[in-house]
Amino acid sequence: MDTTTRAALVSDLKAGEPTAFEALVRMQMPALLRAARRFLRSEEDARDAVQDTFVSAFKSIGTFQENSQLATWLHRILINSCLMKLRTQKRRPEEDIETYLPRFQDDGHQVEPSVPWAETAESILQRKQTRDLVRASIDSLPETYRVVLLLRDIEEMTTEETAKLLGITANAVKVRLHRARQALRTLLDPHMRSMR
Amino acid sequence: MNCIEIIDFLASYIDGELPPETVAEFERHLAVCPSCVAYLETYRETIRAARFASAQKDDLVDDAPEELIAAIVAAARAK
Repeated sequence: MDTTTRAALVSDLKAGEPTAFEALVRMQMPALLRAARRFLRSEEDARDAVQDTFVSAFKSIGTFQENSQLATWLHRILINSCLMKLRTQKRRPEEDIETYLPRFQDDGHQVEPSVPWAETAESILQRKQTRDLVRASIDSLPETYRVVLLLRDIEEMTTEETAKLLGITANAVKVRLHRARQALRTLLDPHMRSMR
Repeated sequence: MNCIEIIDFLASYIDGELPPETVAEFERHLAVCPSCVAYLETYRETIRAARFASAQKDDLVDDAPEELIAAIVAAARAK
């Protein structure tokens, strides 16, 4: 969408033009649904989060800064909606992250020495089956860690932004992110090795 | 430094947050420990894999369900 069209859309939205709102919903929904499905495991919850996002955006369009990106603004609202949903959901019993972390001998060496993956992630991930496995592995991470990995490595938020969103310290974000990546690495390792 | 410390400080090393003297120690260990080199490389590949797999639009349902659009428009009008 070019700048003029975008400015016209924002202007129509601020004027309460119903067709403009519907146009915005149609345009942005696929991206927002994809993002919501990354955070929320049930389709119903993902759709609810998207609905909450648009309704919240509709109510606060007056505060939208003209020089901002509509898509980015909506995406931020969506992340907040998803996190709110996750907070109110009954927590699933979480597997201990320690299960996925490397183990060490008394002399400080790894119990099972690490070996390189023969191909790069980019080449392995040309296969859909592997991409599905990566997404399923991210989904299987304990919630506390999965959310930090999604915010930092997938949504590419900063440590400080993530800390603020989750109400935890920057240091806690760093620790959780490192453990989440280690756990994901452990889950992918057997598969990536078998590609050799 | 031993392997435990290397793996503990891995994220800070990748992000360039370690002081130069710690980086030097870190790299001295890497020079003699293929297992830590492999861990570091596969850790980096893990980050790339997560990003790449999550960014592949082709694998994911790209939809805008009509009933959801109608529900959102109705909900916004009701506000």
